[in-house]
Amino acid sequence: MATKSQPRVRVPATAKAGEIVEIKTLISHEMESGQRKDGDGKPIPRKIIHAFEASFNGKVFFAATWYPSVSANPYQSFFYKATETGEFKFTWKDDDGSEYAATAKMTVA
Amino acid sequence: MTMTSAGITRRQAIGSAAIAVFAAALAPRLALADEAAVAAELKKLYADKPMTEGRIKLDVPQIAENGLVVPLNIDVESPMTAADHVKAVHVFADGNPLPQILTYRFTPESGKASASIRMRLAQTQTIICVAEMSDGRLYSAKAGVKVTIGGCGG
Repeated sequence: MATKSQPRVRVPATAKAGEIVEIKTLISHEMESGQRKDGDGKPIPRKIIHAFEASFNGKVFFAATWYPSVSANPYQSFFYKATETGEFKFTWKDDDGSEYAATAKMTVA
Repeated sequence: MTMTSAGITRRQAIGSAAIAVFAAALAPRLALADEAAVAAELKKLYADKPMTEGRIKLDVPQIAENGLVVPLNIDVESPMTAADHVKAVHVFADGNPLPQILTYRFTPESGKASASIRMRLAQTQTIICVAEMSDGRLYSAKAGVKVTIGGCGG
C-alpha cells in the first residue's frame, strides 16, 4: 500500500480564554508493524509513524511516541488550554524519513 | 533379525518426525512479550523507583472483538499547573510482540492529561499504564482486555 498519508484535524475555530479544548487528529497510514510475513514467509519490514507532535504558536504542548502496537490509520485525541489567538501545528514523523504536517487556526475571544 | 531392527528404526524415525511436527504446531507464531519484558522496560525508564496505584483512569474495553483496533483512553488526575503536572505517560502490553505501546509527553498547556488512541492487541492480555508527575512521583494502573480476534497477526 503506497497511498499518500493524508492528515485530518478537528479543532474548534473559537474558544474562550482558559477553556480546555479537545483536538482530534487522524492520519491515513498502514502502520506496518514489522511483525507480519509476506506470501514467501519473509518478514515485511517495519514502517510506522513513530512520532507525533502538537504545537501552538510555535510551542510544543503535546507529543507522542508510537510503537508498532498503534493501529493503522492512527487516531489521536488530546487537549489544549486556550489562552490566546493563534495557530496549531501538527507533525507526524514516518520511519522512512517523511514528515506530514497540518495546521489549524483558533480564535480566543 | 536385521529386518526387525530396521523396522524399529523406521518406527522410531516416524515417531520422532511426528513429535517434531507436533512441537512445531505448539510453538507460538510470534515471540510475544510478557510481564518480565514490561518490568524490564519500566526498570530502564525509572530504575526501581516506587509506584503508587491510582490517579490514572485507564479506559479499555473488557472484551475486544477485533484486536486490530482496540480503543484506549487515558485520563490522569492532575491540576496541570506549572508546579504540579503530568510530565509523561507510558503504556505497555504484556502480550504483544513489543512491550511498548506508546509514550505521551504532557505540558501545563495541555490543560488536562488525557488522550485517546486505538491500538493493536495480539491476544488477551494486561495493559499497564505509568504516569510520571512533574515532581517525579510515579503512578500506575492496570487493565485486562480479552481479545477474541488477535491483531499484529502473521
